[in-house]
Amino acid sequence: MDYFLELFMGGLTRGSIYALIALGYTMVYGIIELINFAHGEIYMIGAFTGLIVAGLLTMLGFPGASILVIAIVCAVIWAAAYGYTLEKVAYKPLRNAPRLSPLISAIGMSIFLQNYVMLAQTSDFLPFPELIPHFAFLENLGTIMSSAELVIILATVASCVGLTLFIKFTKLGKAMRATAQNRKMAMLVGINVDMVISATFVIGSSLAAVGGVLIASHIGQINYFIGFIAGIKAFTAAVLGGIGSLPGAMLGALVLGLTEAFATGYVSSDYEDVFAFMLLVLILIFRPSGIMGKEKAQKV
Amino acid sequence: MNQGFFRFFLTAGSDSFAHAVTKSLVAAVWFVFLTFPIMVIRVNTIEKTVVWHWERMGYVAAAVFFGSFIWRWLLARKELKKDDSRGETKVESWLTRLQSIPALKYSALALLAAVAVAYPQVMDLYQTNIMISCLVYVVLGLGLNIVVGLAGLLDLGYVAFYAVGAYAYALCNMHWDIGFWYMLPVGAVLGAILGILLGFPVLRLRGDYLAIVTLGFGEIIRLVLENWGDVTMGPSGISSIARPSLFGIKFGVIASTQYMFYIMVGLVVFTIFCVNRLQNSRIGRAWLALREDEIACQAMGIDKMKTKLMAFALGATWAGMAGVVFAAKTTFINPASFTFWESAIILSIVVIGGMGSIRGVIAGAIILILVPEFLRDFAEFRMLLFGAIMVLVMVFRPQGLISAKRKIYEYKATNAAGAANE
Repeated sequence: MDYFLELFMGGLTRGSIYALIALGYTMVYGIIELINFAHGEIYMIGAFTGLIVAGLLTMLGFPGASILVIAIVCAVIWAAAYGYTLEKVAYKPLRNAPRLSPLISAIGMSIFLQNYVMLAQTSDFLPFPELIPHFAFLENLGTIMSSAELVIILATVASCVGLTLFIKFTKLGKAMRATAQNRKMAMLVGINVDMVISATFVIGSSLAAVGGVLIASHIGQINYFIGFIAGIKAFTAAVLGGIGSLPGAMLGALVLGLTEAFATGYVSSDYEDVFAFMLLVLILIFRPSGIMGKEKAQKV
Repeated sequence: MNQGFFRFFLTAGSDSFAHAVTKSLVAAVWFVFLTFPIMVIRVNTIEKTVVWHWERMGYVAAAVFFGSFIWRWLLARKELKKDDSRGETKVESWLTRLQSIPALKYSALALLAAVAVAYPQVMDLYQTNIMISCLVYVVLGLGLNIVVGLAGLLDLGYVAFYAVGAYAYALCNMHWDIGFWYMLPVGAVLGAILGILLGFPVLRLRGDYLAIVTLGFGEIIRLVLENWGDVTMGPSGISSIARPSLFGIKFGVIASTQYMFYIMVGLVVFTIFCVNRLQNSRIGRAWLALREDEIACQAMGIDKMKTKLMAFALGATWAGMAGVVFAAKTTFINPASFTFWESAIILSIVVIGGMGSIRGVIAGAIILILVPEFLRDFAEFRMLLFGAIMVLVMVFRPQGLISAKRKIYEYKATNAAGAANE
């Protein structure tokens, strides 16, 4: 039973991280119908910024918890800046191009960002300091749940709730929903669509950066390649739940995280990534619109 | 004219020169901020050391300041040229005109053939080996060109078929000692079968979804190769694979490399011939129709299912063959040769060269595979440049370096009445 609970908590943690990244995918897809292939790289850049800031602060002798907060804030700022610039450089000039063009541009951007980080930093695995403090009250739970897992899950829940409220009630959130419904109409009623798209990228990138710092601190090492697999898995989660739908992305991420945890725990740990890809292929074949997505009629 | 060009270049997309400089300055400052942590600071949390690379800030600022002029100029030029984007460039129309002279065309082909025959005799082993791998990429590019360029199906798992061909030859050679020439068609058939197997379930998916599924599929194949140690030898791979022989004669290293080169030249010619014939065939036209508009294509009575499957299967056929050649050439394979990056390189060959254009794909392979080999010092920047070029090509020249020439039947009205009747 303990093993089951351990796997369950592990799956929940994985799912939370996937959810943080998947929200960015699903928001961007909802608004401009583009799979932002470079989103995983934003997550990676967030983690790297976190590492650099945390490393500097540790050397300056800051206390533990404040490092975590400052590292996350810096990671969010820079990842958001990268997301904003990415959209301006690689996607905005292609807004009226055939669908294949922005996708290829996104793949190019993803390759570029990975190699940029690899050349500027290093291709080795870098150790990431443990930033999340240990809570005394969790010690007697043993291996079932660590304080890092608790923090990750809570941070994800907080981000998801905050984002949902933001989309529901703020002016910008309403503008986003309107743009997702119909971009031309939104423009007609005076919504600054360019601004809304930029805001979407900024918010999505910020969430990915939070995930990047938290997971890097939990795992303890990062390299320039982490964005690729994380991005694919988060995308799987977004598709699983129905791309374009926020609750769908969260649900999909949880399903994916739990599936992976149990499959690696009970079946085989060698094929860890294969399970995610299999799930992706199966979902796309049998229910391309995802669990919570609606079948959309194609415009002719 | 020159002065006008400079003025246009410097002030493109801005009101005045001062405005343009301000814009570039803002861009430079923004990118210095953006790249600051990753470019400038390098921390080591174990040894507790920090290395600062302040000079990189200057590089970024200078590059962005001057680069942003070029960027705006290209954008403005694209904006101006929007209407005749289909028109050929001067070089292209010049090439087309040259091609229409038969004497010139045949003498050029003869020259090319002579160069191909002489190349491995004149050049050393190293140069020949590079050329062979370039030719392998030409075949791979032409194969992927069928799927992406002609049929418009973005396949990011193309390398899976390549891996299957390579592993099929390696395993059959290891266990049953089957020769290269028997495995070449088998590799092709295996590729085609796998193409159909993959193509069948994913037919319903459009654009981006298809890209992701094929990517997932490619990764599944690679992970299986890596983890199924009993059969594939896992990450350590399979070594001492037999080189091709000629009617039972086995060659030494130099002779077999030369032999390999001729095999590759033959395969490239065969591929070009087939793809060229395919392009102008019924199925080729169906692919183009599918690429342009899926729904209209169905409405015209084209069997979407069959067309897509054909594209997948035929594209995979060439990958299977190229895989067999690759295994025979390197005599050693492991899963590291078949990562997503390999797919990305092949895709960028097709995209940068020009989707749907045979000449373009060949040019793309030569540029992307040969040029980095000669610029060894820049080898580490290779993938960085690939990524950047992919973005730039998509933004400024979506049809690639050499755009696909489409046969256009023009109706020229001979008299006023003809024109009025239209």
